[in-house]
Amino acid sequence: MREYIPVLMFVIVAIGFAGVTLGLSQITMPIRRNARKMAPYECGVEPVGSARNRFHVKFYLVALLFILFDIEAVFLYPWAVTFRQLGLYGLIEMGLFILILFIGYVYLLGKRALEWES
Amino acid sequence: MKDLLQNPDFQLVFWSFVKIFVILNGLLGVVSYMILAERKVAGRMQGRPGPNRVGPAGTLQPIADVIKLFFKEEFIPAAANKVIFNIAPALAVIPALVSFSIVPIGPNFTVTDLNVGLLLFLAMSSIGVYAVTLGGWSSNNKYALLGGLRSSAQMISYELAMGLSTIGVLMLTGSLSMVEIVKAQQNLPFILFQPLAFVIFMITALAETNRAPFDLPEAEAELVAGFHTEYSSMKFGLFFLGEFTNVITICSIATTLFLGGWNGPWLPDSLKFIWFFAKLAVLVFFFMWVRWTFPRLRYDQLMNLGWKILLPLSLANVLVTGLAMYWLQNR
Repeated sequence: MREYIPVLMFVIVAIGFAGVTLGLSQITMPIRRNARKMAPYECGVEPVGSARNRFHVKFYLVALLFILFDIEAVFLYPWAVTFRQLGLYGLIEMGLFILILFIGYVYLLGKRALEWES
Repeated sequence: MKDLLQNPDFQLVFWSFVKIFVILNGLLGVVSYMILAERKVAGRMQGRPGPNRVGPAGTLQPIADVIKLFFKEEFIPAAANKVIFNIAPALAVIPALVSFSIVPIGPNFTVTDLNVGLLLFLAMSSIGVYAVTLGGWSSNNKYALLGGLRSSAQMISYELAMGLSTIGVLMLTGSLSMVEIVKAQQNLPFILFQPLAFVIFMITALAETNRAPFDLPEAEAELVAGFHTEYSSMKFGLFFLGEFTNVITICSIATTLFLGGWNGPWLPDSLKFIWFFAKLAVLVFFFMWVRWTFPRLRYDQLMNLGWKILLPLSLANVLVTGLAMYWLQNR
């Protein structure tokens, strides 16, 4: 666990850097607010409707499919690192695993879940 | 006092702090000048000289830009979510900086030699997606929301192919540690053994960092400025800094994984970091070159490329690498 101490230090230093930059900019900036400036930007016209709209379900689908295939990638990592010791048996096992997930992927393509901006 | 200096924990913290300080300042300096280099390269590719007024040949331009950003007015739009609006730019910069803690710059110059170094980089790039989504959503602006969602959908789609393309390198090395990966390339860089993975990694790196030709989510003509429409002054500066730091980080990872890191002939160990920076410069120039060469991809073309072409290709690369390694081991 000792190797993670520098990473923690780097995180703290990076947070400090971001905080100092933002804090310094708050101190040095002029403040001249008016109502027109504070309105949401919509190419110069009056904003129409609320910004907290519903958005298309395809974004949710992309995220969900990402999770599924990311889990597959997570299983591939330990296998890849110990590949030399696993021999043919390991290769065929992983080949079958990838094949099963690939069948799922082909189903996705057939069901057109990845169509039109995914 | 002497006991404190001999204490190994204190030495670890102290030397790590020195390395972090050097890397952070070096990185910020390199990023600022990389922005200038991008503008000059862009200018030259478009037949004009780029910034050349401020300082000799424009070399003080980044300083002028930073000072200007500090003195700009900045406000939080009405009905925006204040807390998240403030956190999002910091969240864009921190993962990009922290990923540098595992990059081996020279034979003894890594902030830390994690035995799962590559996974830290992939984890940090996944956290970077949050910055974009939260920045877009918290701005209370339809264009920002759409830009943020599209950008994050693009980033996660290409993250898959990026992760899978690094698996070939892992199979050849047998370790996730970046220092081990560089040591395994002492004779030949892995680009010779994994050319397809290198190409896939570079394409997905372009998409991960939202750079052209994959920059539709922040395209000026299509979506105003995408997820950073409502940001100004240093918050925008931090987003911008985060984007360019991401470019340098991903190019460093590509250098380490495929081009051999700090390996190279003719230089003694203490100067090997020059090879690292030379390779990094080549890849960063390639990123800039691509930006001004190709037209932007339309969003559905972008997603098709990520899901239907790069993902199966990287899986095929994994299987072919496995078969080739098995066959070569056992012939």
